[in-house]
Amino acid sequence: MAGSIAASPSSDSPARFDLRRLLRALLPALSLALVLTAIAWLNPRAISYFGFTLMLNLAIPIALATIAQMFVIAGNDLDLSIGAFVGFVGCVTATWLRDAPLIGVAVLLGCIAFYAALGALVYLRNLPSIVVTLGMSFVWQGLAILLLPKPGGKAPDWLLATMGVKPPFVPFPILAALVIAAVAYVGLMRTSYGAILRGSGGNPVAISRAGWSLLKAKMVLFACTGLFGVLSGLALIGITTSADANIGNGYTLLSIAGVILGGGEFVGGRVSPIGAVIGALTLALAASPLLTFMRIPPDWQVAANGAILIVVLAARVLISRKESDR
Amino acid sequence: MIVADAKLVELDGVEKHFGAVRALDGVDLVVGQGECLGLVGHNGAGKSTLMHVLTGTALADRGRLIFAGEEQAGYSPAQAKKLGVRCVFQELSLCPNLTVAENARVFHPGLSGFNWRRRAGALIIDKLDAIFPGHGIAASDLVADLPIGRRQMVEVARAFTVTDEPVRLIILDEPTSSLDAHSARQLLDFMRRVVAEGVSCIFISHLLGEVLDICDRIVVMRDGRQVADAAASSFDRDKLVAAMGGVDAHVREARVEAHAVRGQSPLRVRARPRRQVDAAELVAHEGEVIGLAGLAGHGQTDILLAIYAAALGARSPIEVTATVALVAGDRQADGVFPLWSIAENIGVRSLARLSQGLLISRRREDELANFWRGKIKIRTPDVHDNILSLSGGNQQKALFARALGSDARIVLMDDPMRGVDVGTKLEVYDLIREEADSGRTFLWYTTEADELKQCDHVYVFRNGAIVADLTRGELTEEKVIQSSFEAAS
Repeated sequence: MAGSIAASPSSDSPARFDLRRLLRALLPALSLALVLTAIAWLNPRAISYFGFTLMLNLAIPIALATIAQMFVIAGNDLDLSIGAFVGFVGCVTATWLRDAPLIGVAVLLGCIAFYAALGALVYLRNLPSIVVTLGMSFVWQGLAILLLPKPGGKAPDWLLATMGVKPPFVPFPILAALVIAAVAYVGLMRTSYGAILRGSGGNPVAISRAGWSLLKAKMVLFACTGLFGVLSGLALIGITTSADANIGNGYTLLSIAGVILGGGEFVGGRVSPIGAVIGALTLALAASPLLTFMRIPPDWQVAANGAILIVVLAARVLISRKESDR
Repeated sequence: MIVADAKLVELDGVEKHFGAVRALDGVDLVVGQGECLGLVGHNGAGKSTLMHVLTGTALADRGRLIFAGEEQAGYSPAQAKKLGVRCVFQELSLCPNLTVAENARVFHPGLSGFNWRRRAGALIIDKLDAIFPGHGIAASDLVADLPIGRRQMVEVARAFTVTDEPVRLIILDEPTSSLDAHSARQLLDFMRRVVAEGVSCIFISHLLGEVLDICDRIVVMRDGRQVADAAASSFDRDKLVAAMGGVDAHVREARVEAHAVRGQSPLRVRARPRRQVDAAELVAHEGEVIGLAGLAGHGQTDILLAIYAAALGARSPIEVTATVALVAGDRQADGVFPLWSIAENIGVRSLARLSQGLLISRRREDELANFWRGKIKIRTPDVHDNILSLSGGNQQKALFARALGSDARIVLMDDPMRGVDVGTKLEVYDLIREEADSGRTFLWYTTEADELKQCDHVYVFRNGAIVADLTRGELTEEKVIQSSFEAAS
């Protein structure tokens, strides 16, 4: 009898929770489908191998920057310097990495180590990451301008070759997005240390009480951000072939919006790598191809871009609120 | 063979100061092997600090800690864990963004490598099955999606899981405060089984009945030192309360002068739960204390929040005819503003009254805070201190002061007495009665039978709907339990 009593209040619950999580996970995919439908409706010919390759080309660096941003957000921090950092990496790639590969590689690895050190600084001095990274954004920008005062440089040939791969059937950007999502998903969501990293954003006290080093967790998260930021810069230069100190400036906000659109939240360690990549793709598509097909003059595209961002993010908030009301 | 009097842990003259506050003032405590030790005392008596010292999360300023005959120098959480000390803290120490299995993994560094998820899931679910049969929790559930009662179950079960290190001392700090009566019983039964196997146990609870029931020995603390230490059988409820000091020993039964007939005074709230099929509805009039009973998480909080939303102007079929204030149950999540002072936390519901022009008048805010500090005895040297400098029970008092000090005519209470000591409870009961007599209406969700006795009228909830509607005269604990469980039996 006791058993049956206990079972009654709880019998229907597990199924309901799973449905809620499923909806939450499907939300980013829904917004991507919406943007794709709009594009298909405006210009059916864009939905093709060639069309996707063209439309989504710039989505690869955006997706990488979004994953970079996702790692810091998982630890309740924010990186306001990721755009400037991508720009700096781009400048290094188009100059040193081509002319003196050893120095180039050393600088890029140094950047990742520097990111880890930033994580340590944020944790040890208990500084707001927003302030630290805002300051760093000027440092990166300044270094980029010193390195490449005028747009120019040239991407290394191997990089151009990599980014120009044309795999059969599946457009390269889609393949790349799948790989990026899979790597980040396995790393953060499936490995046992990934659980600790996310836990450090959810309840840091609990993590440290259980005997884990929060310092290490923070450093790892920041180092991952640095790593994906470097990859983003490389990918970007592989596509554009030459660099400019301001090339990554839009990426800071795009990456944050991508994480949030993908189902992440600013605090509480709630992030979704797959969602973040989908969010980045959605933003990349909404940013320029959709607007071009809508025949919006270039002068207005940036403003329209912002408007679309607001609409998409507002829709996400509305849907998740409705779903939690049920 | 277990030797009951072998010492597992010994504290010798342990002191701990936080600024001017002496949280621990020379504590000598012994826990025997395979002994269940009850620890009781008022809020702020030093129990939680003592537990932090035992688990290594706080370092004693003075005194010795001896574990299994060895004096511990450089004691740390890691060391405590290695020695087999496990603790279920009052604040939930799960990561809400992780699944149940991942939370088990956080606790066990050894759970890594291939297939760690399945192993971690099996580990925690096995333990849940052993402690709370029929718990209804899956290893893949996100902790944030679980109601607070089930989160507590996961927390408790996790403390008992074993991988590399043994479990030798389990500290349970108010483990039953978020559990309903049935799950609490399951836990207590399990604890007795574990103790019988030779594990030592420290059990902290404000529910004196539980402590008397399951502990071998009881230590009473007051003002940072122990004031009584004897076999549980030598205590009874009154003796314990007397030893804790400060309040008279008799649990006052609520006054019985029945409010002649309902509906004489003006209507304050009329609400129908969303999942209600029949016509039953919740009705509250001016000056009434209405109890919302039933197992934890069966729609009581939902209806309080719906009433609150209706009072703030949300479109809703709920009728509310006066201003409303809410006393939150989950005070860490919904109650305190952690960065604000005590005075600011109390005053925030009454800003309109406290402001002068566009600015908040510090003087009025202080007056309000000091008035309530005196009235419900919030233990603090200064109301300008940060709210987190208060112990848990005193934080809860500040939240009461926030609601009672406001102009609200209706006070909604979402099981606010969780983890509050007996003395405070009795004071608050009196306060509620006094306020009700002066015309305030209280809607009080509670999981404790004692508190229902304070109510004029009780609605029992099950699965989000009202299943019983009891007047003061009809109310008995059996009736409440019976209607909470009816469908299942």
